[in-house]
Amino acid sequence: MKDAQATPRIDRRAFATGAGALALLAGSAGRLSAQATEPAWQQALKSLVGDVKPLEGKVTLELPEIAENGNTVPLTVSVESPMTANDYVKAIHVIATENPQPGVATFRFSPLSGKASAASRMRLARTQEVIGLAELSDGKFLIGRRTVKVTIGGCGG
Amino acid sequence: MNKPRVKLPEAAKPGDLIEIKTLISHVMETGQRKDPDGKTIPRNIINFFSASFAGEEVFKADLQPGISANPYLSFFMKVPGPGEFEFTWVEDGGNKVVERIKLNVT
Repeated sequence: MKDAQATPRIDRRAFATGAGALALLAGSAGRLSAQATEPAWQQALKSLVGDVKPLEGKVTLELPEIAENGNTVPLTVSVESPMTANDYVKAIHVIATENPQPGVATFRFSPLSGKASAASRMRLARTQEVIGLAELSDGKFLIGRRTVKVTIGGCGG
Repeated sequence: MNKPRVKLPEAAKPGDLIEIKTLISHVMETGQRKDPDGKTIPRNIINFFSASFAGEEVFKADLQPGISANPYLSFFMKVPGPGEFEFTWVEDGGNKVVERIKLNVT
């Protein structure tokens, strides 16, 4: 009886160690391949912010929850800002994470803008997250995200 | 490129925040599509837009193929006083359309 109980315990431990090692291997392999094939939208984001970490949740993206036609999806982006000569939003970049070319547009404002808000219509290839990245006059970055479900993709084939 | 359409308020006072809406007909060909023979249709988009008022820059936009055909753009301006808008659309290859419209400041 005692032997029978002891044996499975050792087996379990041996199994656990083996599984752990496998998981570690798989994990590092995953990290390596992620580095090699970093998504294009992340590269686009990095090329804009460098090493700065943007502040989350301050950019408002108005987009439909469900877009039936990905060819023309109405978009409004805005940021709360006094828009004075020394405190204003310089630009808002729009990134579509799952489009063949993730960079969609950059809207550039001036103190004369009065309000950091712009609207347009965009193409979305499939269901995805859209990112708004705002660049402030003091060099800070703000970021906002919104997911849009797309019924018919809009980038042609 | 066709003549653009611009919508301004009928009248504005200095200090007012006004919305400017613009639209231009353009195919905004992405460069990702293929014709029936399997050849890639070359990219042809409006890649830049700018708006100035009384010689001062108000708003600019860099556009990519992710912007829909017949690009629509709207933005705001705090009216500094009387003046005329100048809107410019630039197509791949450098073709330009310029539109000048006076704002009715009362």
